[in-house]
Amino acid sequence: MSGRAWKFGDDISTDLIAAGRYAYLRTNLPELARHVLEDARDEFRSQVKPGDFVVGGRNFGLGSSREHAPVIIKLAGVSCVAAKSFARIFFRNCINIGLPAVRVDTDKIDEGDQLELDLPAGVLRDLTKGLELPFPPMPKVMTDILAEGGLVGYLKKNKGFVL
Amino acid sequence: MPQTLAEKLISMHAGRDVKAGELVVVDVDFAYVQDWTGPLTVDMIHELGGPLVKDPAKAAVFIDHSSPCSFKDIATGHIKLRDFVAESGCMLFDIGEGISHLVMAEKVTSPGMLMVGADSHTCNGGALASFNTGMGSTDIAVAMSTGRTWMLCPEAIKVEVTGKLPHGVYSKDVILCLIGTIGADGATYQSLEFFGDTVEHMSIPARVTIASMAVEAGGKCGLFESDGQTREWLRENHRETGYRDIKHDPGAHYVRTVEIDAEELVPMVSFPHKVDNTRPITHPDCADVHIHQAYLGSSTNGNFEDFEQAARVLKGRHAAPGTRLVITPGTKAVYRKMMEAGLMDIFLNAGGVINSPGCGACPGSQTGILGDGENCVASMNRNFKGRMGNPESFVYLASPATVAASAIEGKLADPRRYL
Repeated sequence: MSGRAWKFGDDISTDLIAAGRYAYLRTNLPELARHVLEDARDEFRSQVKPGDFVVGGRNFGLGSSREHAPVIIKLAGVSCVAAKSFARIFFRNCINIGLPAVRVDTDKIDEGDQLELDLPAGVLRDLTKGLELPFPPMPKVMTDILAEGGLVGYLKKNKGFVL
Repeated sequence: MPQTLAEKLISMHAGRDVKAGELVVVDVDFAYVQDWTGPLTVDMIHELGGPLVKDPAKAAVFIDHSSPCSFKDIATGHIKLRDFVAESGCMLFDIGEGISHLVMAEKVTSPGMLMVGADSHTCNGGALASFNTGMGSTDIAVAMSTGRTWMLCPEAIKVEVTGKLPHGVYSKDVILCLIGTIGADGATYQSLEFFGDTVEHMSIPARVTIASMAVEAGGKCGLFESDGQTREWLRENHRETGYRDIKHDPGAHYVRTVEIDAEELVPMVSFPHKVDNTRPITHPDCADVHIHQAYLGSSTNGNFEDFEQAARVLKGRHAAPGTRLVITPGTKAVYRKMMEAGLMDIFLNAGGVINSPGCGACPGSQTGILGDGENCVASMNRNFKGRMGNPESFVYLASPATVAASAIEGKLADPRRYL
């Protein structure tokens, strides 16, 4: 899967991704997804294309545990979130819903670069720059959850956690 | 092997000795959701296709975020939650019962437990020496349905707080100072563990303020040892048999120690739009910040003691013209105690508006949303852009006493001159 990089700064909170004022859309995810990242970059939600990458800085996804944040990023067609670092709950939520989230040096990526994720190889490729950005390996349980499209699929298959 | 509090509590639920860095499957003593994250949990539980809840006595639904409800779509989500409760037999705390974490502290959370909640401030329960951490809706679905979850045993940071807190300085100022020092990602994936004589003298509500904000430094949990203060809280809540000693082992490995001299502290304020953007109230930046709304409440400062702190400042005084004073008691028990102690009169006489118990204005969808360009000083836990419902507004975080003093002056103000 490859797509275009959308750059975001440090400390993109879940309030910026899925704002509290749209809480009334919490049970209508496709409608909530129309407001994804609205308070961070308003043009993103109307211009994002299937396969695109959200590229953040430090501490991406801090704040609330609302799983709606990664869910609507995924619903918007994003194939991967890359950041220098992630807040814990957001990271875990991404994996649980089958949205790859990888820690790479995102300073090397510019807005609009064409990116490609190679999960098995553990690299994010910047095709525009000809760069290979490695990310730290995830625990096996997390790659297994991702491989099943999320935690529900994983548990249906394994009937429990296999660490 | 000597253990940190996190290692000790996780080991107790993994059935073996666990050290930081290990992945484990743990038995969950209790799992809960609130009304914003809960409907998605219910969907995921149905998708899993197993039992709705492993043990109905160990699961709860809280309707605290939109309480009473302000939107028709959320009200319909509430129906889904109540139907789930009826079908599964788990506990329900409906509108007006209060904020999940604070109700849990009153009724369930005890030393030595391990809980997960679909709310980031679940870490609140660390005040009672319980390993409580926030997760997303799907994780909680799995924990409710199977009674288990997996986790990484976190490394721990020791926070040593010593000395007597000066007059007008509270546990909120301690945690704002800490987050300002280590940063909003200073404890990511880690356990913040609090020690020292300052902490030993803190009541459980004062510890709740600190534990609940562990997540604002990225922490997985914020833990305290159990002691006489814990025992006293359990006794007040008629649960003294739930007490057990939870202590860290001398020689346990901490990746970092942060020392805070309580006697040097002054009232602190977090400036928009980051919790770690802190200033002492004496800083020139605090000199002329007009306040349109002063807000008292939230899971961080929603206990009786927090309102008492504000009432001492507001007694016999009135909010400045042009400054709204909004108050949301954390739970029904807090609300009742506030009435009995005469706090409601103090707040009403000060020009305050008192909401029903719950999350109130903190999550940004009801009872205290700000207008474009407005400033609010709040005894809340986060001040991200848009947090209180309007991305064009500005939220400053402070102790209840500082919020109260700011209400009186209509601008950020030092509470020490009113105490």
